[in-house]
Amino acid sequence: MTTAELLSFDDALAAYDPALGLEVHVELNTNTKMFCGCPATFGGEPNTQTCPTCLGLPGSMPVVNGKAVESAIRIGLALNCEIAEWCRFARKNYFYPDMPKNFQTSQYDEPIAFEGWTDVEVPGENGVETFRIEIERAHMEEDTGKSLHVGGATGRIHGAEYSLVDYNRAGIPLIEIVTKPIMGTREKAPAVARAYVAHLRELILGLGVSDVRMEQGSLRCDVNLSLAPTGSGQLGTRTETKNVNSLRSVERAARYEIGRHAAILAAGGSILQETRHWHEDTGITTSGREKSDAEDYRYFPEPDLVPVAPSREWVEELRGSLPEPPRERRARLQADWGFSDLEMRDTVGAGALGLVEETIAAGASPQAARKWWLSELARRANEQNTEISALPITPADVARIQALVDDGSINDKLARQVFDGVLAGEGTPDEVVAARRLAIVSDEGALGEAVDRAIEANPDVAEKIRDGKVAAAGALIGAVMKEMRGQADAGRVRELILERLS
Amino acid sequence: MPEITRDEVRHLADLARIDLDDAELDHLAPQLSVILESVASINEVAAEDIPPTSHPIPVTNVFREDVEVPCLTPEQALSGAPAVEDQRFAVPRILGDEQ
Repeated sequence: MTTAELLSFDDALAAYDPALGLEVHVELNTNTKMFCGCPATFGGEPNTQTCPTCLGLPGSMPVVNGKAVESAIRIGLALNCEIAEWCRFARKNYFYPDMPKNFQTSQYDEPIAFEGWTDVEVPGENGVETFRIEIERAHMEEDTGKSLHVGGATGRIHGAEYSLVDYNRAGIPLIEIVTKPIMGTREKAPAVARAYVAHLRELILGLGVSDVRMEQGSLRCDVNLSLAPTGSGQLGTRTETKNVNSLRSVERAARYEIGRHAAILAAGGSILQETRHWHEDTGITTSGREKSDAEDYRYFPEPDLVPVAPSREWVEELRGSLPEPPRERRARLQADWGFSDLEMRDTVGAGALGLVEETIAAGASPQAARKWWLSELARRANEQNTEISALPITPADVARIQALVDDGSINDKLARQVFDGVLAGEGTPDEVVAARRLAIVSDEGALGEAVDRAIEANPDVAEKIRDGKVAAAGALIGAVMKEMRGQADAGRVRELILERLS
Repeated sequence: MPEITRDEVRHLADLARIDLDDAELDHLAPQLSVILESVASINEVAAEDIPPTSHPIPVTNVFREDVEVPCLTPEQALSGAPAVEDQRFAVPRILGDEQ
């Protein structure tokens, strides 16, 4: 692996205009595969989710999953696409063992959805800037099997002695969403790429048709990038960086390729049209293979599947059932909750919008709901390297914990221990409070005795307070709270101290 | 008249992973040209009002319910595999053609 020469980002932008093209694959969350009834779940033991159809055995016949077609149409409509009145599947022929049929069933010149657009917001120094991304097409296809390369360098295809293939994933429904060239974004190109993928993720999550979890591969992004001389309005030769599987990497990969292309072009070289592999650890791309021409795939209509011709009534029915688009929803919620732009952006960025919404619906104030999800729970999700939505706690739990704070049963500090307990599977917030004896001591007698002991143990501090230095009370409050293991109402402790020493 | 060149046959053979030597290419290229010519005669009867068709029966929208059906067991799935390791299909070294 050699490191390429890079031109600095600023120098690259001075000489060249970047053009982006993004191809996003979304794995649908249907129960079954695209063309057979095998379960489409993630993470099963190898080769336990296969049948003659997805293994490509002779004589097997595929049948289209109607739910997957419905999901494809809904994605197309959410992206403001036209929906084909009639379209076919096609065979994309290639020899690679990740598809045992020696072809992938896809769509070629007749995608189910085409000619759409979506608006993407990119925050910048001068507020939020909106970019309209034009969608070329969204088509249906099937996922491939998973190969494990054995021998040679760890898991890499080069130098591998042989490969082991698991076909559980082969045939899971995929929607490939392809943009038209995205031009005129200049220095924002990497940020636009990232914002587009984040936007798609939110949009599709809202549709409920995919888990869109990049770390599990249910949303995968290929970043096409080319440079042309600044102001020329032309498109240069592109490279396609495959499988860039985090939002941060989408931005980094685009930025890296801009620097790499610019260095080659500035030195008088030319860009080789090829696929590139993104390396998450080192933050660079390396050469993959030279890109096959489409005709090398020898696409032809799939004879085993009849055409798909969604009726206009069905399409309109699906259009009518689309959820509120993310941007409108965000604007409505922000106004309802009174969040600042920054608070809203953080909430969306943490993937906590829906969770905060449900927590508020369960009775918490907007600020309390935001506070717990974005401080306490986001930190824990980060520590466990998981999504905030994957934490084993519900919005109702969070609302209940806040209710316990509001009625004085616990304070914020104790609430953190309640979160610990709920996340550790110790039960509901009330059960955790009871089991861990976290409720604030409201027994005035016990509290009064603790206050008396603190005054007795700190005569010099007590003297200061008697002399009117009320600020000194902090030391005594601290002592009492320590004795009560945090389970006292600090405000009440202060009152008791001042009553005794005034 | 359509004609298929020797280079085109070589390219197609490469794509199909068929190893053809020069003698075989010399032999097959003209034969494929004859086949293409024969098929092309269909163009003579295909009128403007007959659209190209990929499916002879005018049926659309044959969909399956999104309901699971029993799978093969891994043993059944792997029973025809020439080589198996760790409950996976073992395949020879793959060169270059990653999807």
